[in-house]
Amino acid sequence: MSGNLQGEIALVTGASRGIGAAIARRLAEAGATVVGTATSEAGAAAIGRTLAPLGGHGRVLDVTDAAAVEALVEAVAKEFGAVSILVNNAGITRDQLLMRMKDEDWQAILDTNLSSVFRTSKAVLRGMMKARKGRIISIASVIGLTGNPGQANYAAAKAGIIAFSKSLAREIGSRGITVNVVAPGFIETDMTAALPQEQKDAMLGQIALGRLGQPDDIAQAVAFLASPAAAWITGETLHVNGGMYMP
Amino acid sequence: MSSIEERVKKIVVEQLGVKEDEVTQNASFVDDLGADSLDTVELVMALEEEFECEIPDEEAEKITTVQQAVDYIKAHVKA
Repeated sequence: MSGNLQGEIALVTGASRGIGAAIARRLAEAGATVVGTATSEAGAAAIGRTLAPLGGHGRVLDVTDAAAVEALVEAVAKEFGAVSILVNNAGITRDQLLMRMKDEDWQAILDTNLSSVFRTSKAVLRGMMKARKGRIISIASVIGLTGNPGQANYAAAKAGIIAFSKSLAREIGSRGITVNVVAPGFIETDMTAALPQEQKDAMLGQIALGRLGQPDDIAQAVAFLASPAAAWITGETLHVNGGMYMP
Repeated sequence: MSSIEERVKKIVVEQLGVKEDEVTQNASFVDDLGADSLDTVELVMALEEEFECEIPDEEAEKITTVQQAVDYIKAHVKA
């Protein structure tokens, strides 16, 4: 196997389906040893089966559990080597108009989509600081920049990821660690399949390239940011949305 | 087995990229050895590894000189 990520150890959260699965596959194809996580045993086993031919592995992880995050990062370091590429992809939605949004809908999104990024990033930093290199790439969303009715919680969490990444990029840039964000537009996944058809049609009308994105469109961007070619890019948000939104 | 002083000194030299003779007992990491805040965090990490101990954040903040590091290790780590 040849690739520009030979010798790298990549941890991808939420890798059982959709964008996360595509990212895990891309990084593995580029030569990284990939550990993909899922919340369930079945999900982790499925990741393991998919990645096995590429030398990758599946593990169970609840990104809201700080102790579990630390334990996994430690276990990965012992078994494969210290994590050198972290991809924060795990995320959920709890769409609801704000007037009807329950406190738990807000908390669940912030905890799973934003606080998780804090936990995983902190856990891998020790190894990256020692190695004097590393890549932290988090998956945000175009919604974190544009906003969307019914997604105040999701938008806040995704915007939070962007600001978090800029701060961390400034903190640890001197140690050769880059921190970047990929903000996907409308991608065909289970998450977006749940949206009403009229909302899908309306979004499609705004996409300059005239089609929905595929998970691999995002995975390619992540693989680039993980690669040596992106060595001088940090604190950046790469918008991969088919021209739906151009900041 | 080298002394605690020597081991601490060696870590400071490695972490901060300074010359050995600059690392005097009372040298301050920040004021004398040019460490920034991230350097001091890394230094504490390196001390934790060398001496296989965990230094709580509130204690770590008080370790600002070579001597303070040596004193902390002597007080908290079994040689």
